[in-house]
Amino acid sequence: METAAGGGCGSGPPLLLSEGEQQCYSELFARCAGAASGGAGPGPPEAARVSLGAATAAAGPVADLFRASQLPAETLHQITELCGAKRVGYFGPTQFYVALKLIAAAQSGLPVRIESIKCELPLPRFMMSKNDGEIRFGNPAELHGTKVQIPYLTTEKNSFKRMDDEDKQQEAQSPTMSPLASPPSSPPPYQRVPLSHGYSKLRSGTEQMHPAPYEARQPLVQPEGPSSGGPGAKPLRHQASLIRSFSVERELQDNNSNYPDEPWRITEEQREYYVNQFRSLQPDPSSFISGSVAKNFFTKSKLSIPELSYIWELSDADCDGALTLPEFCAAFHLIVARKNGYPLPEGLPPTLQPEYLQAAFPKPKWDCALFESYSESMSANQQPRDLNRMETSVKDVADFPVPTQDVTGDDKQALKNTINEALPKDVSEDSATPKDSNSLKARPRSRSYSSTSIEEAMKRGEDPPTPPPRPQKTHSRASSLDLNKVFQPTVPATKSGLLPPPPALPPRPCPSQSEQVSETELLPQLNRVPSQAAECSPAKKDVSYSQPPSKPIRRKFRPENQSTENQEPSTAAGGPTSVATVKPHPTVQKQSSKQKKAIQTAIRKNKEANAVLARLNSELQQQLKEVHQERIALENQLEQLRPVTVL
Amino acid sequence: MVHTSLDVVDEKISTMGKALVDQRELYLGLLYPTEDYKVYGYVTNSKVKFVMVVDSSNTALRDNEIRSMFRKLHNSYTDVMCNPFYNPGDRIQSRAFDSMVTSMMIQVC
Repeated sequence: METAAGGGCGSGPPLLLSEGEQQCYSELFARCAGAASGGAGPGPPEAARVSLGAATAAAGPVADLFRASQLPAETLHQITELCGAKRVGYFGPTQFYVALKLIAAAQSGLPVRIESIKCELPLPRFMMSKNDGEIRFGNPAELHGTKVQIPYLTTEKNSFKRMDDEDKQQEAQSPTMSPLASPPSSPPPYQRVPLSHGYSKLRSGTEQMHPAPYEARQPLVQPEGPSSGGPGAKPLRHQASLIRSFSVERELQDNNSNYPDEPWRITEEQREYYVNQFRSLQPDPSSFISGSVAKNFFTKSKLSIPELSYIWELSDADCDGALTLPEFCAAFHLIVARKNGYPLPEGLPPTLQPEYLQAAFPKPKWDCALFESYSESMSANQQPRDLNRMETSVKDVADFPVPTQDVTGDDKQALKNTINEALPKDVSEDSATPKDSNSLKARPRSRSYSSTSIEEAMKRGEDPPTPPPRPQKTHSRASSLDLNKVFQPTVPATKSGLLPPPPALPPRPCPSQSEQVSETELLPQLNRVPSQAAECSPAKKDVSYSQPPSKPIRRKFRPENQSTENQEPSTAAGGPTSVATVKPHPTVQKQSSKQKKAIQTAIRKNKEANAVLARLNSELQQQLKEVHQERIALENQLEQLRPVTVL
Repeated sequence: MVHTSLDVVDEKISTMGKALVDQRELYLGLLYPTEDYKVYGYVTNSKVKFVMVVDSSNTALRDNEIRSMFRKLHNSYTDVMCNPFYNPGDRIQSRAFDSMVTSMMIQVC
């Protein structure tokens, strides 16, 4: 470790340089010194270091270098003062190193003080320009032998075009990309390959995408080719400060993994983080984040509103005012990039496209439960949105369900098929948008219904204890046959039973029935009265033979009491309340045993009826959905045909 | 120039009353003695007015072209509106919007 003497910088403490810093600084010093001496040819870092004691860096290149750090002028003045160059009159190695350290501190957002350089800092970054455009220094060590797709370079527009060429060149010359490793020979390749700057910038950017601890930062300064002349100052992004502030806000400390080649590729850790953030905003991973919610969230990143607006414009691919998960990840990633100093791209990079993100990061762990909730929330979100988007092309429709589809897996596949079926049908219509969305909405609904229909039906059946007319109507309308079958074993007169006879009437014949049959006939789901009526008649017929009338009457009275008290399908087996008028006969013991059997059979019958009703219910719901869809489609058509009213 | 055309547009809207208003308005003929130009107005459902001023030196654009231009303009405008960071009333800075408008103008000329 080379320690610069503290005396060189006045009252400054001894300067401790890390390995990377040491290399970097010595390189820079050699550059400046070399440039000053007219191409003295900086030797390998070791040699340069050896010769450092005698060499001094001329003010010219040093000043240029400092300007390249893109710190404000007064900061640079402060730095030069602090490092003692002014005092000494030249930039000796110690002064130079101190100055570099101060530059790093300033770029990290620390005040320019001697104390600042006590702590470990990232290497100062210098933005050098070449004749053909902007170039950034990157981390040469990692450039070595790696391929890169560089989506874009810098804020300069021409640089983007250069990227393609640079990419090709880069691949050819990647081995030469480690200037620090093989320093002096690198200037020519550096010169030759402007892309390397792009690549290195990429590297630096990619690294900074993950706010790794500062110690892990690699040197970011590349030696400048001598033929490039004095480096021009270019806007340097204060990446370190941005990263730090952003990491504080975003708590990205956990994203320290090695970053792949591109800055626009989302790593797994980042993806996880984004998904978690998404979940914090919107519990359902397959649903959307509304615009206002996303706005509040992204505003916390302290980027300017125009920038956020631009990021939104890039990431909201379908322009629906809400972000799906891939859109959200793309937006988040762009924000992270911007905070890290990356200029925003002209267009959404291919790796941030929603389709790409979905394909790259399928979420198998999202199971059907999410799918169901998705369908619910999606339907809620879709309705207002789609009505607003009446004029969107069908492509938008395709894009819209696509991102939300792939997320949840198998069910989505089937759903996608249904969507694909629906799309060709409705291609020509704008109403396809709401229609597809509705079908999209309806199909998961129906599926969910079918899957949970039994439970829901049971619940529904139990919830309304006594809505007499409704169940009857359904029965009579659609599944009367089924119900007839249910009732069949005991009653031919089911139909009459379905009718709501006045409670007074049925009791007359009911008393003659056996308690057992009467209980079995009772379907608590249905109206107690009609069911009782139904039960009365069949029970009557069956039991009349087996038992004396008095006993059935007695039993009937009992279950009736129970039913009126409990009003529960599974337990009660009550007859019509009017049965109470029947004179009861005391046969308690027989009643209890027979009641048990009756209850069990009643339970069975009830379950059958429940299943039937559940099926019926699901069918009706489906019909209702379809009717809704038609209605909406018709409304849309009507809107289109009729001139729109203003006011 | 544009302000007078705005006044005319307002006048048109007010006269419409509650009658069904067409999606687009074509107002031709605002010709000043020295300046030849035509002003086209277009009002959206949310009363956002698009005013297009065209030099008459250019061969008169067909009605359909104007309408298609306005439709595209409307679509782009709704896309801009979708952005939650966009405050209605601000100057539109959307690049997509600008590029669309530019391409439209170039196409016409």
